[in-house]
Amino acid sequence: MKKLINSPENVVLESIAGLGAAFPDLIKVHTDPNYIVRADAPVKNKVALVSGGGSGHEPMHGGFVGRGMLDAACPGAVFTSPTPDQMFEATKAVNGGKGVLHIVKNYTGDVLNFEMAADLAKAEGIDVEAVVIDDDVAVKDSLYTAGRRGVGTTVLAEKICGAASEAGHSLKEVAALCHKVNANGRSMGMALTSCTVPHVGKPSFELPEDEMEIGIGIHGEPGRKRMKLKSADEITEMLLEPIVEDLPYKSGDEVLLFVNGMGGTPLLELFVVYRKAHELLSKAGIKVTRSLVGPYITSLEMAGTSITVLKLDQELTTYWDAPVLTPGLRWGV
Amino acid sequence: MSNISLTQIVSWIERYAAHIAEQKDYLTQLDAAIGDADHGANMHRGFKAVLAKKADQPATDIGAFLKLVAMTLISTVGGASGALYGTFFLQASSLANGKTELTPDEFAALLEKGLAGIVLRGKAAIGDKTMVDALQPAIKACKRALEAGEPLATALSAAVTAGEEGLKSTIPLVARKGRASYLGERSAGHADPGATSTVLLFRAAAETLS
Repeated sequence: MKKLINSPENVVLESIAGLGAAFPDLIKVHTDPNYIVRADAPVKNKVALVSGGGSGHEPMHGGFVGRGMLDAACPGAVFTSPTPDQMFEATKAVNGGKGVLHIVKNYTGDVLNFEMAADLAKAEGIDVEAVVIDDDVAVKDSLYTAGRRGVGTTVLAEKICGAASEAGHSLKEVAALCHKVNANGRSMGMALTSCTVPHVGKPSFELPEDEMEIGIGIHGEPGRKRMKLKSADEITEMLLEPIVEDLPYKSGDEVLLFVNGMGGTPLLELFVVYRKAHELLSKAGIKVTRSLVGPYITSLEMAGTSITVLKLDQELTTYWDAPVLTPGLRWGV
Repeated sequence: MSNISLTQIVSWIERYAAHIAEQKDYLTQLDAAIGDADHGANMHRGFKAVLAKKADQPATDIGAFLKLVAMTLISTVGGASGALYGTFFLQASSLANGKTELTPDEFAALLEKGLAGIVLRGKAAIGDKTMVDALQPAIKACKRALEAGEPLATALSAAVTAGEEGLKSTIPLVARKGRASYLGERSAGHADPGATSTVLLFRAAAETLS
């Protein structure tokens, strides 16, 4: 293992300490239990947004704390959900009296721990709603499984709901908006290489030089299918087709196209993917009106990409365009 | 039939912590095949914290001790296993409040209460390829042996055997819960890591409680 770390045990703590030191005007980092809040928390009379998940997906979620996005993020150990005490303390720290929305990616550990945290917060009289994001079309949706994973749509939901909460909407309204984003977003990812969890020390799976994994998650878990490496255009088509068919996105729809890097893929390549995805959507009569390209929900140093498409309307577009000021995403301010 | 003392319950958890430490890499290896390669490391972190907390705050009754174990696991393990093992010990602790010893029947009831908590929180059933596949048959075997008048030692060794069989039964299964379920058919052919750590819990019980 070759990593820029001091020790696997301290990597998360040292990383969030660095994040706090780099953006003292935007965020505050709390340790034991670990959580990150916006510098001016709690914001009175605003619905607070709390998310969290395993570390290793940076800038998500800690990098999305700040004005117009999250009020708090709880980083777990690498690829491991955070614990209820972190979420509970973060929830209390950001509660401005208008309730707290938990945005939860659909992984068993995240869901169970956020449920326990919500129980604790409700017992103290805090109004909590939770919305689970499950947008990964690589997982067959079924009542008999853990269901689809939460991936790229999470970033978009955090941005859009953050703007709506700044605009003064109620907890019920922001939660409903979050459900709407989730209902209109679909994603799929792929990997060219595996990644190495620091405390494990070796790659999570073996992927030969000429092969790729299609339908990958963001935790180094293997995908649905392994196959010979193909060209960027062919891969883009393989990812986009199931996304478009799933909702389905139709001719005349306006969408946000989000091409995400898994951590080890350069922007040079991500824009090659974006170009093809944009072309394919345009050919199908689907109009790309907003875009996001870059590594926003990563999987350590994994090389690969994921594509997310979100169907937009006036409401979603307005909140997408609204000002945001976080370490990882900022515009309009 | 002799009762189980607080000291024995503490040794049970200490022995379990030792098994986890020993099998840490194996558990992680199993998890790498169908999950996210963290089960061993997470459980090890949790039980190391349990041992430290136990030294700091020596418990005076079994309920308080098991609650300490539960709360420590909930706040240090993370992932599904933290919530599920934490829930198991928290539910179990509720039947042992103020008690410094348990009859074997009371111990079995406490295990059942823990299982009910896990099923409620995780919504898993037999055949989903989870820890329930080992936990439920192990507890059933333990109870059945006690009801047949067998001594605790026999009941616990029956629990280990049934748990091991349950664990083996997870190998061909396609996962329907947890992160392994994302693999679909590719999850078949691997033992479930949670069921594996569950068997260690009963092995530790057989070694310390009778």
